Amino acid sequence: MKALLDVGSIGAAGLRGLLDRARDHADALRAGERVVPSLDGRVVGLLFFEPSTRTRVSFDLAAKRLGATVLVLDPDRSSINKGESLRDTVLTVSSIGAEILVVRHSEARSPALVHTWTGRPVINAGDGTNQHPTQALADCLTLEERFGSIQGLRVAIVGDIVHSRVAGSLVDALRTLGAEVILVGPDAMLPENDLPRSGDLDEVLAEVDVVYLLRIQRERGVEASDDYQSRFQLDFDRSARMKPEAVVMHPGPINRGVEISVEVADGPRSLILDQVACGVPVRMAALEAVGGIDW
Amino acid sequence: MIGLVNGVVWGPGGPVRSDVWVEGDTVVAVGAAPGPVEEVRDVTGMLVGPGFVDLHAHLRDPGQTWKEDLVSGTRAAAAGGFTAVVAMPNTTPATDTVDLVEDMRRRAGLEAVVLVVPAAALTVRREGKEPVDLEALHGAGVRVFTDDGDWVSDDAVIEELMMAAARLPGAVIAQHAEEPVLSAGGHMHEGELSRRLGVAGIPPAAEHEAVARDLLIAAATGATYHVQHVSSASTLDLVAEARERGVRVTVEVTPHHLDFDTGDLESLDPNLKMYPPLREPGDRIALREALVAGLIDAVATDHAPHLAGEKEVGFADSARGVIGLETAASVVWGVGQDPDLLFGSLSARPARIAGVGRHGHPVEPGSPANLVVFDPDRRWTPQQFHSRSANSPYLGRELTGRVALTLYEGSIVHEETP
Repeated sequence: MKALLDVGSIGAAGLRGLLDRARDHADALRAGERVVPSLDGRVVGLLFFEPSTRTRVSFDLAAKRLGATVLVLDPDRSSINKGESLRDTVLTVSSIGAEILVVRHSEARSPALVHTWTGRPVINAGDGTNQHPTQALADCLTLEERFGSIQGLRVAIVGDIVHSRVAGSLVDALRTLGAEVILVGPDAMLPENDLPRSGDLDEVLAEVDVVYLLRIQRERGVEASDDYQSRFQLDFDRSARMKPEAVVMHPGPINRGVEISVEVADGPRSLILDQVACGVPVRMAALEAVGGIDW
Repeated sequence: MIGLVNGVVWGPGGPVRSDVWVEGDTVVAVGAAPGPVEEVRDVTGMLVGPGFVDLHAHLRDPGQTWKEDLVSGTRAAAAGGFTAVVAMPNTTPATDTVDLVEDMRRRAGLEAVVLVVPAAALTVRREGKEPVDLEALHGAGVRVFTDDGDWVSDDAVIEELMMAAARLPGAVIAQHAEEPVLSAGGHMHEGELSRRLGVAGIPPAAEHEAVARDLLIAAATGATYHVQHVSSASTLDLVAEARERGVRVTVEVTPHHLDFDTGDLESLDPNLKMYPPLREPGDRIALREALVAGLIDAVATDHAPHLAGEKEVGFADSARGVIGLETAASVVWGVGQDPDLLFGSLSARPARIAGVGRHGHPVEPGSPANLVVFDPDRRWTPQQFHSRSANSPYLGRELTGRVALTLYEGSIVHEETP
């Protein structure tokens, strides 16, 4: 794997391989075992052109656990604000010596361009409203750890799906792994595709194993309607109507009181912190995959 | 005397198998050689017709000669079979006075390998506010007036210009029809793909509104109005309806709008970024049909050279536009494999619109020796260009049909060595 740009292009085998490797890392981390420093001496560049907390920190730790040196490009302090083009910035960072590039950018397909320009291995850490493959992988690992397998699970993705790069990757990953996906939200927040959809959360709530909530992306010009919370917020009452073993997920950052109520976010069904924890082993696997490490 | 022998000659009665003989700047015979022959080209199986006329090229000279200049631009034109190119006035400075028009003609006379036909701006400095001196420019021979790249949106300004143009024989008001409020900040067609990728969109309504307004004023003033690079099906309906009412309106389409649509944009290839943007597959098919049916008069390249460093910077930041002079004929040939369509849409009709008298005539004794030889069977893959820039969507894509030879005023200005 030369680059991890989206979920669709790595295929079922690529996805399976990454998840299996990530699970090995997760087991080792939990057991307190020492991780083999497979990227010892390599330089990983974290190029985050958009703000990020969990993804950047999680890549940082993943790279360090594998023994890599991490070079962080901080957009607030770099030449990006002096009008330097994306191309010039990444060519500079690549020439300085970053061998594996992790890229987040507000524009769709930018990581693919970075891969073309530099010829370096690239991981997409979120590109505009397009894809966020390592988040989807972390979510799949979370689900496999909870349910054993994703095959046959029914997953409702709820909220601002059209502007969500997480949803873009997650839908592809879940369907590849055999889950049934239904998209739930107001019409204006649903993408134009052929997937099953509903405008009524209550109608699907009792039928699904997973309710995957998304926040409304105000930074992309979307506003919730006045009735959004009454129609789509997962609150205690709705949570109580879910199947007994059903779970609640959210890629963060969460807006308590908007798409999810405070008590559900912290409640027993919530896997939100498990998703965050799975981010590190998944990103270790992704760094190894594009770094050419044989498993 | 130069002979082009065994070709299929596009003459006044349609294509015929014959030989064409050129002496000086004139076709002296079609058929038997009328005198001693100096040079002969065997053009068996190839089409011989009038050189192409591009209504819409950005030669970037003066002001942005790192992208293109009169030499490289007209060499690219010659390689594409063009014997005349209308040079858009969005240069620096903008071509908005008689002096600047004459300066361009003088320099072209020294440097260019085919005819450069300066178009003049509609407004001073292309700012959309103060009309240029249309009468003086018309007196200096300018026929095409446009602020291309920017639509003149002020109703009073365009009305004044159209009223003036209506009194000037042959004057054409050409507009880049994109209403600036609806298209503001957009980078691609507004639709499923732009929403999915979160790229700001330009709705077809931006073009529709602009053309609708222009047609109203053209109808009221009697001016001849030309729609530059039409992109969407709904605009074609407007034009058809206006023509029925007798409005004097002509339309051009670019080669890339005939070949590409949003279905090709998944990769966000910067060489598919241009304004107006590529529209949906249904629009592209409607454009091809309208070209074949004659509703669209001409294919014009909108040749817009940019260097890689200006294009390869991400889709939003990428410079707008693609080059097209060297591939246009292959694209038009691909639409219908039809000599009448090829020479009609790339030569005869654009020559009439731009008022370039020595171009666009069917080949017969006495017609000017501005000629192209087109090999319809030649397969080729563009890899490098005569243009100074290489921002072509056809880079690396196989095309069928290629210009073999271009004669400008009787001189060979391009010859393809197979």
